[in-house]
Amino acid sequence: MTIIDSMLLTAMVVAAIWTVMTRSLLKSAIGLALTSAVITIIMFRLNSPFAAVFELSVCTGLITAVFISTISLVKPLTHKQIVQLSKDRIKRFWYLPATVIVVGIVFIYLKIQMPLSLFAGQAEGNARDVLWNSRQLDLFGQIAVLLAGVFGVVILFKETKKK
Amino acid sequence: MIAANWQIFTGFAFFIIMVFIAGFYCILVTRNLIRVIIGLELLTKAVTLLIIVSGYVTDRIALAQSLVITLIIIEVVVMAVAAGVILSIYRHNESLASSKLTDLKG
Repeated sequence: MTIIDSMLLTAMVVAAIWTVMTRSLLKSAIGLALTSAVITIIMFRLNSPFAAVFELSVCTGLITAVFISTISLVKPLTHKQIVQLSKDRIKRFWYLPATVIVVGIVFIYLKIQMPLSLFAGQAEGNARDVLWNSRQLDLFGQIAVLLAGVFGVVILFKETKKK
Repeated sequence: MIAANWQIFTGFAFFIIMVFIAGFYCILVTRNLIRVIIGLELLTKAVTLLIIVSGYVTDRIALAQSLVITLIIIEVVVMAVAAGVILSIYRHNESLASSKLTDLKG
C-alpha cells in the first residue's frame, strides 16, 4: 500500500464520517457522492476499471441525483426545529468519531502491518468474459431486479383516481 | 493467501471497517428516514470495496468486478424504491421521523 493509497483511504473514511455527522441532508448526499468518487479512484488503482466506471456513473451520479430529488421534494425544517435537532444530534452523534478512534487504536494495538507496495493483480480473465460467459444467471437476476424496481416505483407514484 | 496479500487485505480492511462503522452507526442512531438509506448506502460502499480488495489479493479481480457490477445494479434499484417509499411516507405523515411511524403498530 503506497502513501497515495493510504491518503485515498483516509479521505474515504473522512468523507464517510462527514456524511454521517453533517447537519444538512443535502451536504450529507454530497458527502456520499464524495465517498463514492474516492472509492472509484481506489478501484481504478486496484485494476478494476469496469467496476470503477459503474461506481462513478451509477453511485456517484444516479444515486446522488435520486437523493437530491428526494430531499428537494421534502419540506425543509424551520429554524426552531433545526436548533432543537442540533442539540439532540450532538448528544447522539459524538460517539461516532470516538468509536472510529477506538477501533483505530485497537487495530494499531493488534499491529496490522501495512505493506509498502501493491503487486500487479493478475486477472483470471476479462471481466466482460466472466460476466457474459461464467455468470450469465447474474444477468437474468439483474434484469429481474431492475424490472421489480421499475414496477415498484411506478406503483408507489401511481396517482389514485379521484371519485 | 500469501503473507504479502494478507497484509494488503488487512491494510484495506482497516479503513473499510471504519466506513462500515460509520454506516452502521448512521442507521442505528438517526431517526430521519433519508439518513437511514444514506447509512445503508455507506454499508454497501464498504462491502463493494471489500469485494474488490478480496478479488485483488486472490487474483480473481474479473470475478470480483462482475459481482460488484451486480451489486451496484441491485443497490441502485433498492435506493430508488426506498426513496419512493420514503416520499410516500412523507406525503402520508408530513414527517420523515421514524419515531412518528406508528400507523402499523399492533
